[in-house]
Amino acid sequence: MAKRFQIQQMPGFRTIAVVTFVLLYMPIFLLVIYSFNAGTSIAIWEGFSWRWYVSAWDNQQVQEATIRSLVIAFWASAISTTLAVLAALATTRTRKFKGQAAVFAMINQPLMVPEIVTAVALLIFFAMIKVATGYTGLMYLVIAHTAFCIPFAYLPIRARLIGMDLALEQAAADLYAPPFRVFTRITLPQLWPGILAGAMLAFVISLDDVVITEFVKSAGQDTLPTYMLGQLRRVVTPEVNAISTVLLGISVTMVVAFTALSKLKT
Amino acid sequence: MTAAAISARNLRKVYPGSPDVVALADASIDIQDNEFFTLLGPSGCGKTTLLRMIAGFEHPTSGTLTMHGEDLTNLPPYKRPVNTVFQSYALFPHLTVAQNIGFGLEMLGKPKDEIKKTVGEMMELVKMSQMADRQTGQISGGQQQRVALARALAPRPKVLLLDEPLSALDFKLRKDMQLELKRLQTETGITFIFVTHDQEEALTMSDRIAVMSAGTIRQIGGPRDIYDRPAERFVADFIGDTNFVPAQIAANTGNDAQVTLSSGKTVTAKMPEGAALTGKVTLAVRPEHASIGAEAAGLLPGRLSEIVYFGTDTHFHVALDDGTGFVVRSQNRPNETLPFSTGDRISVDFAPGVGQVLRD
Repeated sequence: MAKRFQIQQMPGFRTIAVVTFVLLYMPIFLLVIYSFNAGTSIAIWEGFSWRWYVSAWDNQQVQEATIRSLVIAFWASAISTTLAVLAALATTRTRKFKGQAAVFAMINQPLMVPEIVTAVALLIFFAMIKVATGYTGLMYLVIAHTAFCIPFAYLPIRARLIGMDLALEQAAADLYAPPFRVFTRITLPQLWPGILAGAMLAFVISLDDVVITEFVKSAGQDTLPTYMLGQLRRVVTPEVNAISTVLLGISVTMVVAFTALSKLKT
Repeated sequence: MTAAAISARNLRKVYPGSPDVVALADASIDIQDNEFFTLLGPSGCGKTTLLRMIAGFEHPTSGTLTMHGEDLTNLPPYKRPVNTVFQSYALFPHLTVAQNIGFGLEMLGKPKDEIKKTVGEMMELVKMSQMADRQTGQISGGQQQRVALARALAPRPKVLLLDEPLSALDFKLRKDMQLELKRLQTETGITFIFVTHDQEEALTMSDRIAVMSAGTIRQIGGPRDIYDRPAERFVADFIGDTNFVPAQIAANTGNDAQVTLSSGKTVTAKMPEGAALTGKVTLAVRPEHASIGAEAAGLLPGRLSEIVYFGTDTHFHVALDDGTGFVVRSQNRPNETLPFSTGDRISVDFAPGVGQVLRD
């Protein structure tokens, strides 16, 4: 009997696997370690301390940037998830229409177009609006983040909708539920893990964004990532490590929750 | 005369494509009140399309559909007094058994205490009273089937549609549910329209059966009509086992005809309704309606090629002299010794009026 091909038995499999994981996680591991450094260097270990976490916590600029990041991420994920639900319904629950593939491609556009292109485009577009209206608030960042968060929210919601049994919605319609009640009573209760997963993914993506934010933000509108980037240009202290470690913690938590939600049974 | 519970006129469904797919080709049908009506046919024959059209999930390309004389054709599913038992049951996974059964009544805006009362009665009717607060994932396939039935019956629809609801059940459970469905139909007095590809299900439960093939209705009639008097080859072939015997019409007297068989002998056969057939025809003879005997005695001489014992009955495979095969089925009796053995010269016989001339 022919033996099945087993990649684990190829020579060097273990070595390659170990090297890959070390390359992937060693830098992150070091970043976390040095966030607890008692000294001011991000390369020389001088003992354990919480000082950089305390320092970051007390830093007013960090506080403001964090709050700004959270506000933007909240609105961007809320708006993009709402739009993503509508888009997902339109692309899975309607009769096949002409240009459906094109619509699908347009929704996912931010995933393919280089981020820098979107950033420059938004910069120019918002500049025109700023001139016309005089408004310079946070809305530009919220809109920009919403735009690139849509596909991230859309994909898990669409996947969930496709996985759902269409007969359930038909059964509800058969039992005298008009379309809107079918949605609220049958579709939505089963879709919520997908919606939550999409929202969380969008939240993390928004929280993490540098390029588009850097281009779109007005003066004094630093988010946490752009603030950190700004800091790195000057003196680098383990404070940046501390902030990164906290962000990492938030992301990991959300990704774990996202995976768990995606696996919830329909 | 009151209008039929469901009346379809020239219903047609074409799925555009290249080439177009005709799922239903001008089907017309009248289903009466309190009837257990079955749409029977192989997969792809259009039976499910017709059912889904009555439910409102499919819109006909042309034709009309009325219920007690009222036009249903353009009514959405939620406005039709019709409920469906789905093949997959389609129970709402996030609701309990009782909430599933009460869903239709809730959507109709019935008062809470009335819903509670009806749900209780329904659970009693399908013997699920102990399971009210279970999640639908925690009950067996047979129980899910009962819940699906109760859910569809609870709003007291004028017509209940059943889309192959028994196909997912194992043999024993399916037998029980056949009787159960018949009992429910009799008790509730609701018109049942049942879709199946299983001829036995159709024969045991139905008041009337419509046999469908390739998007058209081939024959409508009671189980006995369909079985004993199939109008055409497809129906005779699809339902039960049949011998097809080549014959020549000697004299046509309307309901009956004298037909001459390949052996030269003549026998009386039934004619399909409204068919003016002459010349060469095919005769359908059920295996259990024929017998074997001494070579000179019967209608069709041949050689006994095989004897297959089935417990309840024995199948005699005969190689007729005209080159065709014929199977005779005879019920076994205790302490029986067979008068013939394999290789014997024998003949096949059947009584006048047993053979059915087929419209081809």
